Amino acid sequence: MKQPDEFYEVLKDPASYGRKLKEQGRRIVGYFCSYTPEEIIYAAGAHPFRIFAAGDNIHFADAHLQSYCCSLVRGALEGALAGNLDFLDGAVFPHTCDSIQRLSDIWRMNVKGPFHVDVVLPVKLDTDSAKAYMIDVLKKFRHDLASRLDVQITDDKLKKAIDTFNTIRGSLKKLYQLKAENPGIIRGSDLYAIVKASMMMDRAYLTKALPAVIEELEKKKENAKIYTGKRIILAGGVCNHPDIYRIIEEAGGAVVWDDFCTGSRYFEESVKDNADPIAAIAGRYIERPACPAKHAGIFTRGENLLKIIKEKNARGVVFFFLKFCDPHAFDYPYMKEFLDREGIPSMVLEVEDQLPSEGQLRTRFETFVDML
Amino acid sequence: MNKMPEIVLFFLAKIKKLALHFKKRKKMKEIMMVYYMEAKSARISGRKVAWITSGGPVEPLIAMDVIPVYPENHGAMIGASKMGTDLCEKSESMGYSSDLCSYARSDIACATVNGGPIGGLPRPDMLVCCNNICGTVLKWYEVQARYFNVPLFIFDTPFCHTGYSEEVQRYVRRQLDEYVLFLEKACGRKMDSDHLKAVGKLSLEGQRLWQAVLATAANSPAPMTAFDAFYHLALIVTLRGTPLVIDYYTQLLEKMKDRVARGIGAIPNEKYRLLWDNIPIWPRTRWLSEKLASHNACLVADTYTSAWCGTTKYIDENNFFDSMAEAYTRIYLNIGVDEMARTVLEMVDMYKVDGIVMHSNRSCKPYSLGQYDIQKIVEKERGIPCLMIEADMVDERSFSESQVSTRIDAFMEIIKQRKGD
Repeated sequence: MKQPDEFYEVLKDPASYGRKLKEQGRRIVGYFCSYTPEEIIYAAGAHPFRIFAAGDNIHFADAHLQSYCCSLVRGALEGALAGNLDFLDGAVFPHTCDSIQRLSDIWRMNVKGPFHVDVVLPVKLDTDSAKAYMIDVLKKFRHDLASRLDVQITDDKLKKAIDTFNTIRGSLKKLYQLKAENPGIIRGSDLYAIVKASMMMDRAYLTKALPAVIEELEKKKENAKIYTGKRIILAGGVCNHPDIYRIIEEAGGAVVWDDFCTGSRYFEESVKDNADPIAAIAGRYIERPACPAKHAGIFTRGENLLKIIKEKNARGVVFFFLKFCDPHAFDYPYMKEFLDREGIPSMVLEVEDQLPSEGQLRTRFETFVDML
Repeated sequence: MNKMPEIVLFFLAKIKKLALHFKKRKKMKEIMMVYYMEAKSARISGRKVAWITSGGPVEPLIAMDVIPVYPENHGAMIGASKMGTDLCEKSESMGYSSDLCSYARSDIACATVNGGPIGGLPRPDMLVCCNNICGTVLKWYEVQARYFNVPLFIFDTPFCHTGYSEEVQRYVRRQLDEYVLFLEKACGRKMDSDHLKAVGKLSLEGQRLWQAVLATAANSPAPMTAFDAFYHLALIVTLRGTPLVIDYYTQLLEKMKDRVARGIGAIPNEKYRLLWDNIPIWPRTRWLSEKLASHNACLVADTYTSAWCGTTKYIDENNFFDSMAEAYTRIYLNIGVDEMARTVLEMVDMYKVDGIVMHSNRSCKPYSLGQYDIQKIVEKERGIPCLMIEADMVDERSFSESQVSTRIDAFMEIIKQRKGD
């Protein structure tokens, strides 16, 4: 298919894409993590641009972060210090884990130029006071951002932004569903590229581009062969390695869904209709599957994974973790136990910044797929 | 204590507590022994046990006569008794990554085998987790809530990157009410607010005394070292809000003042004064203290033990409960790196130190990430050198004695040269 090319291009060189938007006069606000209220940034007339790790060549960030800090945080700081994010007008840091929390401080103290906003969200999501605080914090963010960008963020603009993002999230979910119905119609790495690039690309464009991809897949679906490989779920935090989709596919499996913040956690749940758009945005964060750095209950993440497996009729789970990601590492033993109890095989892959050698990975995935 | 039946522990605790009551000079070891005996025989005495994080609001527990137990203090004991590596390995066989916090790893493993220096902590009736120190405690307490199947209260103190806001105050203050309701439900009775006020007063008094004890080390020679502070710290962490803490620190303060008056230093020949940053390397405190003393260097202060008295400025003596919200939210680890650096600079000045030893602690990201920036700020603002030691607070596998030894020697050379020695 033709479309994935443009998404791949953005992923290959996000900085060029960002600069191009900037040259068109857009104001660009970089952000971390899927708890950033993109709708509010968009309603402020700015372009939300998700920041990922720059790569594995860490030079500048070593002067600020120890080696036992995860590659996402180190790589993101590297990008900023190396000047790869010079097109940003500002950066937004929602509170998630201990490392992002400190990254925000170090960024604020060392990355000169763009404005800096912290969005210190509640850590628990399951009490009334936390829900009220969530709304308070988002209101504060709306106010902070409006003053930084010197614009008005009206309710009307917020509602339009909510519509845009609901459309995009809906489209991404539809793509995942099409893939889950028949994994043969789109490669895992193509879908990965589309979803991830969607966190950086022009959103108005995406509201048209994504439906076009969907349409093409719908057509393809009619003549597609029935998929006979093994259905697999990926679970973890951020995925930076499209190669694993291909290696899993070559080993006889297919990724039919995930529990990633660069995947389903990004698009699950839409913002509901509400007279107060900020309360509506807050409501989505409460409802949506949680990141392990947040608390929605002591079993919710395990239950959510089982629900995904059941709904998607999957046979096994590959836990894909970034080394030094504490929240995920803490949840792993209990989530694995949940799977063991249901007789669902799983394997864990921990990656620092580079994947293990392809030969080694291939052997591991082949052995795993054979078990399913 | 490890294998004694609870009923024996119960009576022993009663006898020892009585003996302690009449004793003029109370020893830390005896106080802690009675404390753990009482905690471990709580089922017989009918008292409830709560596990709580080291930075958590303990005063409401004390006021409800609940025994607070600190897995982190337990982690430090495990580390100091060099039992950490075994327990960490055990947790790794349970599926926990070796990169996780070693307090958490050793505690999680210990709960399943009742190992460690005191045969495991008493089973909790409830868990109170305050995330003002890290996000790790949230995950750790979730693990224990699943394991023990007991209620978990999360006291969520939003991080203060650049200050404290109205929204945060509202949220945290509301949670104090929720906390009291949680305790009332768990204990089956009402909170006595007068009693809580009295506990609050004692807590503040204890914190001020602890501050005064630590401040005596501003004298040259310092009457105590940070290694002494690591030892005496246990009470302000575990029994804050009880009269015992007041007695103990009052006596300790007198002793330190007396040493100052007589010019007695904690090490025989104090020539260089250093500041410690981060949690101690528990299994190696003795080695480190001897190593530094061999260079006539004294660790006169540290950012760690002072964290338990660093927010008294936010506490309103006459309204402890309301002001607790801000005091617990703005503790040392819950503030921005630049504000931490300012605190370090204040300590550099107050204790007149010649250099800083920073423990880059693999177990503790909120404490360690940002140290490089603090180091640069201190070097720039005060022109004193900083030594960075990469290690771990409990897990000895991350400690290389020969490497650390060489680096300390080189660091001390720089300090000696700078002082013209």
